[in-house]
Amino acid sequence: MWDFLQTYGLRLSEGTLVTAAQFALASLVACLAALSAGLGRLSRHWLVRNFAVIYIEIFRGTSLLVQLYWIFFVLPLLGLSLPKFTAGFLSVGLNVGAYGAEIVRGAILAVPRGQWEAAYALSMSPAKRMRRIILPQAVALMLPPWGNLMIELLKGTALVALIAVSDLMFVAKQINGATFRSAEAFGTALIVYYLLARFLITPAMRGLERVMARRLGKV
Amino acid sequence: MIFDWKWDFVWAILPRLLGATLNTLMAAGIGYAIALVLGLAFALSQRTGWRLVTSMVREMLEFIRSTPLVVQIFFIFYVGPQIGVTLSPWVAGMIAIGLHYSAYLSEVYRAGIEAVPKGQWEACRALNMSTRDTYRRIVLPQALPHAIPGMGNYLVGIFKDTPMLSVIGVTELMQTANAIGSETYRFLEPYTLVGVIFLALSLPTAGLIRLLERQVRRKLGL
Repeated sequence: MWDFLQTYGLRLSEGTLVTAAQFALASLVACLAALSAGLGRLSRHWLVRNFAVIYIEIFRGTSLLVQLYWIFFVLPLLGLSLPKFTAGFLSVGLNVGAYGAEIVRGAILAVPRGQWEAAYALSMSPAKRMRRIILPQAVALMLPPWGNLMIELLKGTALVALIAVSDLMFVAKQINGATFRSAEAFGTALIVYYLLARFLITPAMRGLERVMARRLGKV
Repeated sequence: MIFDWKWDFVWAILPRLLGATLNTLMAAGIGYAIALVLGLAFALSQRTGWRLVTSMVREMLEFIRSTPLVVQIFFIFYVGPQIGVTLSPWVAGMIAIGLHYSAYLSEVYRAGIEAVPKGQWEACRALNMSTRDTYRRIVLPQALPHAIPGMGNYLVGIFKDTPMLSVIGVTELMQTANAIGSETYRFLEPYTLVGVIFLALSLPTAGLIRLLERQVRRKLGL
Protein backbone atom coordinates (compact mmCIF):
# COMPACT_ATOMS: atom_id res chain seq x y z
CA MET A 1 0.00 0.00 0.00
CA TRP A 2 2.78 2.40 0.97
CA ASP A 3 4.80 1.87 -2.21
CA PHE A 4 1.56 2.22 -4.18
CA LEU A 5 1.00 5.68 -2.74
CA GLN A 6 4.65 6.59 -3.30
CA THR A 7 4.41 5.66 -6.96
CA TYR A 8 0.96 6.98 -7.76
CA GLY A 9 0.35 9.54 -5.00
CA LEU A 10 1.29 12.47 -7.20
CA ARG A 11 -1.01 11.46 -10.04
CA LEU A 12 -3.84 10.77 -7.65
CA SER A 13 -3.45 14.19 -6.06
CA GLU A 14 -3.44 15.81 -9.49
CA GLY A 15 -6.67 13.97 -10.15
CA THR A 16 -8.05 15.18 -6.84
CA LEU A 17 -7.27 18.76 -7.85
CA VAL A 18 -9.19 18.32 -11.10
CA THR A 19 -12.09 16.85 -9.11
CA ALA A 20 -11.95 19.85 -6.76
CA ALA A 21 -11.98 22.26 -9.72
CA GLN A 22 -14.91 20.40 -11.27
CA PHE A 23 -16.68 20.52 -7.92
CA ALA A 24 -16.13 24.26 -7.48
CA LEU A 25 -17.23 25.20 -10.99
CA ALA A 26 -20.17 22.80 -10.98
CA SER A 27 -21.45 24.14 -7.67
CA LEU A 28 -21.26 27.66 -9.10
CA VAL A 29 -23.34 26.56 -12.09
CA ALA A 30 -25.71 24.68 -9.76
CA CYS A 31 -26.24 27.73 -7.53
CA LEU A 32 -26.98 30.01 -10.47
CA ALA A 33 -29.25 27.47 -12.17
CA ALA A 34 -31.10 26.64 -8.95
CA LEU A 35 -31.65 30.27 -8.06
CA SER A 36 -32.90 31.30 -11.48
CA ALA A 37 -35.06 28.20 -11.99
CA GLY A 38 -36.38 28.35 -8.42
CA LEU A 39 -37.33 32.01 -8.79
CA GLY A 40 -38.54 31.36 -12.34
CA ARG A 41 -41.00 28.74 -11.12
CA LEU A 42 -42.55 31.37 -8.86
CA SER A 43 -42.67 34.00 -11.59
CA ARG A 44 -45.92 35.63 -12.61
CA HIS A 45 -45.10 35.31 -16.33
CA TRP A 46 -46.25 31.99 -17.69
CA LEU A 47 -43.39 31.85 -20.21
CA VAL A 48 -40.72 32.14 -17.52
CA ARG A 49 -42.59 29.69 -15.33
CA ASN A 50 -42.95 27.09 -18.07
CA PHE A 51 -39.34 27.45 -19.07
CA ALA A 52 -38.24 26.79 -15.49
CA VAL A 53 -40.57 23.79 -15.17
CA ILE A 54 -39.29 22.29 -18.42
CA TYR A 55 -35.67 22.70 -17.33
CA ILE A 56 -36.35 21.17 -13.91
CA GLU A 57 -38.37 18.22 -15.21
CA ILE A 58 -35.93 17.36 -18.00
CA PHE A 59 -32.89 17.40 -15.77
CA ARG A 60 -34.59 15.61 -12.87
CA GLY A 61 -36.31 13.11 -15.11
CA THR A 62 -33.21 11.77 -16.87
CA SER A 63 -29.86 10.51 -15.65
CA LEU A 64 -26.81 12.64 -15.15
CA LEU A 65 -24.86 10.25 -17.38
CA VAL A 66 -27.38 10.67 -20.19
CA GLN A 67 -27.19 14.45 -19.84
CA LEU A 68 -23.40 14.37 -19.80
CA TYR A 69 -23.20 12.28 -22.96
CA TRP A 70 -25.84 14.37 -24.63
CA ILE A 71 -24.08 17.63 -23.87
CA PHE A 72 -20.69 16.27 -24.84
CA PHE A 73 -21.55 14.16 -27.90
CA VAL A 74 -24.77 15.60 -29.28
CA LEU A 75 -24.44 19.34 -28.75
CA PRO A 76 -21.47 19.50 -31.16
CA LEU A 77 -23.74 17.99 -33.84
CA LEU A 78 -26.10 20.89 -33.24
CA GLY A 79 -23.25 23.32 -33.67
CA LEU A 80 -22.17 23.91 -30.08
CA SER A 81 -18.83 22.29 -29.30
CA LEU A 82 -17.72 22.36 -25.68
CA PRO A 83 -14.34 21.22 -24.39
CA LYS A 84 -14.69 18.12 -22.21
CA PHE A 85 -13.77 19.98 -19.03
CA THR A 86 -16.52 22.56 -19.60
CA ALA A 87 -19.05 19.95 -20.70
CA GLY A 88 -18.26 18.05 -17.49
CA PHE A 89 -18.90 20.72 -14.89
CA LEU A 90 -21.73 22.23 -16.92
CA SER A 91 -23.76 19.00 -16.99
CA VAL A 92 -23.09 18.17 -13.34
CA GLY A 93 -24.00 21.73 -12.36
CA LEU A 94 -27.17 21.82 -14.45
CA ASN A 95 -28.26 18.43 -13.13
CA VAL A 96 -27.79 19.37 -9.49
CA GLY A 97 -29.23 22.82 -10.14
CA ALA A 98 -32.55 21.25 -11.15
CA TYR A 99 -32.77 19.50 -7.78
CA GLY A 100 -31.61 22.71 -6.08
CA ALA A 101 -34.36 24.71 -7.78
CA GLU A 102 -36.97 22.75 -5.83
CA ILE A 103 -35.11 23.51 -2.60
CA VAL A 104 -34.98 27.21 -3.48
CA ARG A 105 -38.67 27.26 -4.33
CA GLY A 106 -39.63 25.45 -1.14
CA ALA A 107 -37.49 27.76 1.00
CA ILE A 108 -38.93 30.92 -0.54
CA LEU A 109 -42.47 29.68 0.01
CA ALA A 110 -41.56 28.76 3.60
CA VAL A 111 -40.68 32.35 4.55
CA PRO A 112 -43.56 33.39 6.84
CA ARG A 113 -46.49 35.23 5.29
CA GLY A 114 -46.03 38.19 7.66
CA GLN A 115 -42.63 38.99 6.18
CA TRP A 116 -44.15 39.36 2.72
CA GLU A 117 -46.95 41.49 4.07
CA ALA A 118 -44.61 43.70 6.10
CA ALA A 119 -42.47 44.34 3.03
CA TYR A 120 -45.63 45.13 1.09
CA ALA A 121 -46.80 47.51 3.82
CA LEU A 122 -43.48 49.34 3.59
CA SER A 123 -44.22 49.67 -0.14
CA MET A 124 -41.07 47.88 -1.24
CA SER A 125 -40.91 46.94 -4.89
CA PRO A 126 -41.21 43.16 -5.56
CA ALA A 127 -37.53 42.99 -6.58
CA LYS A 128 -36.36 44.78 -3.46
CA ARG A 129 -38.64 42.69 -1.27
CA MET A 130 -37.18 39.51 -2.72
CA ARG A 131 -33.59 40.71 -2.43
CA ARG A 132 -33.65 42.35 1.00
CA ILE A 133 -36.35 40.50 2.93
CA ILE A 134 -37.28 37.13 1.46
CA LEU A 135 -34.07 35.71 -0.03
CA PRO A 136 -31.82 36.23 3.03
CA GLN A 137 -34.30 34.30 5.17
CA ALA A 138 -34.87 31.70 2.47
CA VAL A 139 -31.13 31.06 2.16
CA ALA A 140 -30.98 30.15 5.85
CA LEU A 141 -33.81 27.66 5.28
CA MET A 142 -32.28 26.10 2.19
CA LEU A 143 -28.79 25.55 3.58
CA PRO A 144 -29.37 22.23 5.42
CA PRO A 145 -30.82 20.38 2.39
CA TRP A 146 -28.29 22.16 0.19
CA GLY A 147 -25.50 20.48 2.19
CA ASN A 148 -26.77 17.05 1.15
CA LEU A 149 -27.02 18.25 -2.42
CA MET A 150 -23.36 19.32 -2.37
CA ILE A 151 -22.37 15.76 -1.43
CA GLU A 152 -24.46 14.51 -4.36
CA LEU A 153 -22.68 17.02 -6.56
CA LEU A 154 -19.26 15.76 -5.49
CA LYS A 155 -20.38 12.23 -6.29
CA GLY A 156 -21.70 13.44 -9.63
CA THR A 157 -18.33 14.83 -10.63
CA ALA A 158 -16.94 11.28 -10.70
CA LEU A 159 -18.93 10.72 -13.90
CA VAL A 160 -16.96 13.31 -15.87
CA ALA A 161 -14.19 10.69 -16.00
CA LEU A 162 -16.35 8.91 -18.57
CA ILE A 163 -15.83 11.74 -21.07
CA ALA A 164 -12.09 11.55 -20.30
CA VAL A 165 -11.73 14.52 -17.98
CA SER A 166 -8.68 13.46 -15.96
CA ASP A 167 -10.24 13.69 -12.51
CA LEU A 168 -9.63 11.41 -9.53
CA MET A 169 -11.84 8.64 -10.87
CA PHE A 170 -10.16 8.81 -14.29
CA VAL A 171 -6.70 8.52 -12.75
CA ALA A 172 -7.82 5.58 -10.61
CA LYS A 173 -9.19 3.88 -13.72
CA GLN A 174 -5.93 4.47 -15.60
CA ILE A 175 -3.81 3.09 -12.76
CA ASN A 176 -6.11 0.09 -12.56
CA GLY A 177 -5.74 -0.50 -16.27
CA ALA A 178 -1.95 -0.26 -16.15
CA THR A 179 -1.25 -2.27 -12.99
CA PHE A 180 -4.39 -4.29 -12.16
CA ARG A 181 -3.98 -3.16 -8.56
CA SER A 182 -7.71 -2.52 -8.39
CA ALA A 183 -8.19 -2.59 -4.64
CA GLU A 184 -5.52 0.05 -4.09
CA ALA A 185 -6.49 2.26 -7.04
CA PHE A 186 -10.26 2.37 -6.51
CA GLY A 187 -9.95 2.02 -2.75
CA THR A 188 -7.77 5.14 -2.55
CA ALA A 189 -10.21 7.02 -4.76
CA LEU A 190 -13.14 5.99 -2.56
CA ILE A 191 -11.31 7.12 0.57
CA VAL A 192 -10.36 10.47 -0.97
CA TYR A 193 -13.98 11.10 -1.99
CA TYR A 194 -15.09 10.18 1.50
CA LEU A 195 -12.55 12.51 3.12
CA LEU A 196 -13.58 15.38 0.84
CA ALA A 197 -17.25 14.88 1.64
CA ARG A 198 -16.89 14.26 5.35
CA PHE A 199 -14.11 16.63 6.36
CA LEU A 200 -14.36 19.42 3.82
CA ILE A 201 -17.85 19.84 2.41
CA THR A 202 -19.90 18.88 5.48
CA PRO A 203 -17.98 21.15 7.92
CA ALA A 204 -18.00 24.00 5.39
CA MET A 205 -21.76 23.77 4.99
CA ARG A 206 -22.24 23.57 8.78
CA GLY A 207 -20.08 26.70 9.14
CA LEU A 208 -22.15 28.48 6.52
CA GLU A 209 -25.34 27.53 8.37
CA ARG A 210 -23.93 29.01 11.59
CA VAL A 211 -22.90 32.24 9.84
CA MET A 212 -26.35 32.63 8.32
CA ALA A 213 -28.06 31.93 11.64
CA ARG A 214 -25.92 34.57 13.35
CA ARG A 215 -26.59 37.11 10.62
CA LEU A 216 -30.31 36.66 11.01
CA GLY A 217 -29.90 37.05 14.75
CA LYS A 218 -31.14 33.54 15.46
CA VAL A 219 -28.29 32.54 17.75
CA MET B 1 -26.26 24.49 -37.63
CA ILE B 2 -26.51 20.95 -38.93
CA PHE B 3 -29.60 19.32 -37.63
CA ASP B 4 -30.13 16.16 -39.56
CA TRP B 5 -32.53 14.15 -37.50
CA LYS B 6 -33.38 10.99 -39.43
CA TRP B 7 -36.70 9.42 -38.63
CA ASP B 8 -36.05 6.18 -40.51
CA PHE B 9 -32.90 5.71 -38.43
CA VAL B 10 -34.99 6.29 -35.32
CA TRP B 11 -37.45 3.57 -36.34
CA ALA B 12 -34.55 1.25 -37.16
CA ILE B 13 -32.92 1.52 -33.74
CA LEU B 14 -36.05 1.92 -31.60
CA PRO B 15 -36.74 -1.83 -31.17
CA ARG B 16 -33.19 -2.40 -29.99
CA LEU B 17 -33.40 0.48 -27.51
CA LEU B 18 -36.77 -0.69 -26.21
CA GLY B 19 -35.33 -4.15 -25.69
CA ALA B 20 -32.51 -2.60 -23.70
CA THR B 21 -35.07 -0.64 -21.71
CA LEU B 22 -36.34 -3.97 -20.39
CA ASN B 23 -32.83 -4.73 -19.18
CA THR B 24 -32.65 -1.34 -17.53
CA LEU B 25 -35.97 -1.93 -15.79
CA MET B 26 -34.83 -5.36 -14.69
CA ALA B 27 -31.59 -3.95 -13.31
CA ALA B 28 -33.50 -1.28 -11.42
CA GLY B 29 -35.96 -3.86 -10.07
CA ILE B 30 -33.32 -6.31 -8.87
CA GLY B 31 -31.17 -3.54 -7.41
CA TYR B 32 -34.18 -2.11 -5.62
CA ALA B 33 -35.16 -5.48 -4.19
CA ILE B 34 -31.64 -5.96 -2.80
CA ALA B 35 -31.65 -2.43 -1.42
CA LEU B 36 -35.04 -2.88 0.27
CA VAL B 37 -33.92 -6.01 2.14
CA LEU B 38 -30.39 -4.86 2.98
CA GLY B 39 -31.65 -1.42 4.00
CA LEU B 40 -34.07 -2.95 6.48
CA ALA B 41 -31.29 -5.12 7.90
CA PHE B 42 -29.06 -2.05 8.33
CA ALA B 43 -31.85 -0.01 9.87
CA LEU B 44 -32.66 -2.74 12.38
CA SER B 45 -29.00 -3.33 13.17
CA GLN B 46 -28.84 0.33 14.20
CA ARG B 47 -31.43 -0.40 16.85
CA THR B 48 -29.87 -3.47 18.43
CA GLY B 49 -28.24 -1.44 21.18
CA TRP B 50 -24.83 -3.04 20.72
CA ARG B 51 -22.66 0.04 20.64
CA LEU B 52 -19.91 -1.51 18.50
CA VAL B 53 -22.24 -2.87 15.80
CA THR B 54 -24.25 0.35 15.72
CA SER B 55 -21.31 2.66 15.27
CA MET B 56 -19.58 0.40 12.76
CA VAL B 57 -22.67 0.08 10.60
CA ARG B 58 -23.32 3.81 10.87
CA GLU B 59 -19.80 4.67 9.69
CA MET B 60 -20.04 2.19 6.85
CA LEU B 61 -23.36 3.61 5.67
CA GLU B 62 -21.94 7.12 5.87
CA PHE B 63 -19.01 5.98 3.75
CA ILE B 64 -21.27 4.35 1.16
CA ARG B 65 -23.51 7.41 0.97
CA SER B 66 -20.72 9.91 0.49
CA THR B 67 -18.73 8.13 -2.21
CA PRO B 68 -19.69 7.97 -5.90
CA LEU B 69 -21.68 4.96 -7.05
CA VAL B 70 -19.63 4.67 -10.24
CA VAL B 71 -16.40 4.20 -8.25
CA GLN B 72 -18.13 1.61 -6.09
CA ILE B 73 -19.23 -0.25 -9.20
CA PHE B 74 -15.65 -0.33 -10.48
CA PHE B 75 -14.35 -1.33 -7.06
CA ILE B 76 -16.67 -4.30 -6.71
CA PHE B 77 -16.24 -5.41 -10.32
CA TYR B 78 -12.43 -5.28 -10.38
CA VAL B 79 -11.56 -6.17 -6.80
CA GLY B 80 -13.61 -9.38 -6.87
CA PRO B 81 -11.19 -11.22 -9.21
CA GLN B 82 -8.23 -9.93 -7.16
CA ILE B 83 -9.44 -11.83 -4.12
CA GLY B 84 -10.54 -14.82 -6.19
CA VAL B 85 -14.25 -14.08 -6.71
CA THR B 86 -14.98 -13.38 -10.34
CA LEU B 87 -18.27 -11.54 -10.67
CA SER B 88 -20.13 -11.07 -13.91
CA PRO B 89 -20.95 -7.43 -14.77
CA TRP B 90 -24.58 -8.04 -13.87
CA VAL B 91 -23.85 -9.51 -10.46
CA ALA B 92 -21.25 -6.87 -9.59
CA GLY B 93 -23.55 -4.10 -10.75
CA MET B 94 -26.52 -5.39 -8.80
CA ILE B 95 -24.44 -5.73 -5.63
CA ALA B 96 -23.08 -2.19 -6.04
CA ILE B 97 -26.43 -0.55 -6.73
CA GLY B 98 -28.20 -2.59 -4.06
CA LEU B 99 -25.59 -1.74 -1.45
CA HIS B 100 -25.47 1.94 -2.39
CA TYR B 101 -29.21 2.43 -2.17
CA SER B 102 -29.58 0.28 0.94
CA ALA B 103 -27.57 2.98 2.71
CA TYR B 104 -30.17 5.55 1.67
CA LEU B 105 -33.15 3.30 2.35
CA SER B 106 -31.93 2.46 5.85
CA GLU B 107 -32.32 6.18 6.64
CA VAL B 108 -35.85 6.12 5.25
CA TYR B 109 -36.73 3.09 7.40
CA ARG B 110 -35.10 4.67 10.44
CA ALA B 111 -37.19 7.81 10.09
CA GLY B 112 -40.30 5.67 9.58
CA ILE B 113 -39.63 3.58 12.68
CA GLU B 114 -38.93 6.69 14.75
CA ALA B 115 -42.25 8.16 13.64
CA VAL B 116 -44.14 5.35 15.40
CA PRO B 117 -45.43 6.82 18.68
CA LYS B 118 -43.74 5.75 21.87
CA GLY B 119 -47.05 4.57 23.29
CA GLN B 120 -47.11 1.74 20.75
CA TRP B 121 -43.85 0.36 22.09
CA GLU B 122 -45.08 0.70 25.64
CA ALA B 123 -48.32 -1.06 24.80
CA CYS B 124 -46.35 -3.97 23.32
CA ARG B 125 -44.28 -4.06 26.46
CA ALA B 126 -47.41 -4.13 28.57
CA LEU B 127 -48.81 -6.98 26.48
CA ASN B 128 -45.56 -8.89 27.00
CA MET B 129 -44.85 -9.19 23.27
CA SER B 130 -41.45 -10.39 22.19
CA THR B 131 -39.18 -7.89 20.41
CA ARG B 132 -39.65 -9.83 17.21
CA ASP B 133 -43.41 -9.68 17.41
CA THR B 134 -43.28 -6.01 18.39
CA TYR B 135 -41.44 -5.17 15.21
CA ARG B 136 -43.24 -7.55 12.93
CA ARG B 137 -46.81 -6.98 14.04
CA ILE B 138 -46.91 -3.49 15.52
CA VAL B 139 -43.98 -1.23 14.63
CA LEU B 140 -43.07 -2.07 11.04
CA PRO B 141 -46.65 -2.03 9.70
CA GLN B 142 -47.07 1.45 11.17
CA ALA B 143 -43.65 2.61 10.04
CA LEU B 144 -44.32 1.61 6.45
CA PRO B 145 -46.75 4.42 5.51
CA HIS B 146 -44.25 7.00 6.73
CA ALA B 147 -41.52 5.37 4.69
CA ILE B 148 -43.45 5.03 1.43
CA PRO B 149 -42.69 8.49 -0.07
CA GLY B 150 -38.96 8.11 0.58
CA MET B 151 -38.98 4.56 -0.77
CA GLY B 152 -40.70 5.74 -3.93
CA ASN B 153 -38.20 8.52 -4.51
CA TYR B 154 -35.31 6.11 -4.29
CA LEU B 155 -37.01 3.73 -6.73
CA VAL B 156 -36.90 6.53 -9.31
CA GLY B 157 -33.37 7.34 -8.16
CA ILE B 158 -32.19 3.77 -8.74
CA PHE B 159 -33.79 3.75 -12.16
CA LYS B 160 -31.90 6.90 -13.12
CA ASP B 161 -28.60 5.53 -11.83
CA THR B 162 -28.70 2.33 -13.88
CA PRO B 163 -26.87 3.95 -16.85
CA MET B 164 -23.76 3.85 -14.68
CA LEU B 165 -23.81 0.08 -15.09
CA SER B 166 -22.75 0.64 -18.69
CA VAL B 167 -19.21 1.37 -17.46
CA ILE B 168 -18.65 -2.32 -16.67
CA GLY B 169 -20.50 -3.48 -19.77
CA VAL B 170 -24.00 -4.32 -18.58
CA THR B 171 -26.10 -4.11 -21.72
CA GLU B 172 -28.68 -1.67 -20.49
CA LEU B 173 -30.03 1.38 -22.31
CA MET B 174 -26.92 3.57 -22.19
CA GLN B 175 -24.58 0.79 -23.22
CA THR B 176 -26.85 -0.04 -26.16
CA ALA B 177 -26.94 3.61 -27.24
CA ASN B 178 -23.13 3.69 -27.04
CA ALA B 179 -22.93 0.55 -29.15
CA ILE B 180 -25.31 1.96 -31.78
CA GLY B 181 -23.34 5.19 -31.81
CA SER B 182 -20.02 3.50 -32.42
CA GLU B 183 -21.46 1.18 -35.07
CA THR B 184 -23.15 3.88 -37.11
CA TYR B 185 -21.32 7.06 -36.11
CA ARG B 186 -24.66 8.62 -35.32
CA PHE B 187 -25.02 9.86 -31.77
CA LEU B 188 -27.82 12.38 -32.10
CA GLU B 189 -30.72 9.93 -32.30
CA PRO B 190 -29.60 7.18 -29.88
CA TYR B 191 -28.64 9.55 -27.05
CA THR B 192 -31.71 11.72 -27.55
CA LEU B 193 -33.95 8.66 -27.56
CA VAL B 194 -32.35 7.41 -24.35
CA GLY B 195 -33.20 10.75 -22.75
CA VAL B 196 -36.77 10.60 -24.05
CA ILE B 197 -37.24 7.02 -22.82
CA PHE B 198 -35.97 8.00 -19.38
CA LEU B 199 -38.32 10.97 -19.26
CA ALA B 200 -41.24 8.89 -20.47
CA LEU B 201 -40.70 6.38 -17.68
CA SER B 202 -39.58 8.52 -14.75
CA LEU B 203 -42.05 11.41 -15.02
CA PRO B 204 -45.20 9.23 -14.77
CA THR B 205 -43.60 7.14 -12.01
CA ALA B 206 -42.77 10.27 -10.04
CA GLY B 207 -46.34 11.46 -10.56
CA LEU B 208 -47.74 8.14 -9.34
CA ILE B 209 -45.55 8.30 -6.27
CA ARG B 210 -46.82 11.81 -5.48
CA LEU B 211 -50.37 10.48 -5.79
CA LEU B 212 -49.59 7.53 -3.55
CA GLU B 213 -47.97 9.84 -1.03
CA ARG B 214 -51.04 12.06 -0.89
CA GLN B 215 -53.27 9.01 -0.41
CA VAL B 216 -51.09 7.66 2.36
CA ARG B 217 -51.09 11.02 4.10
CA ARG B 218 -54.84 11.18 3.90
CA LYS B 219 -55.17 7.66 5.34
CA LEU B 220 -52.85 8.64 8.18
CA GLY B 221 -55.02 11.69 8.78
CA LEU B 222 -52.18 14.17 8.26
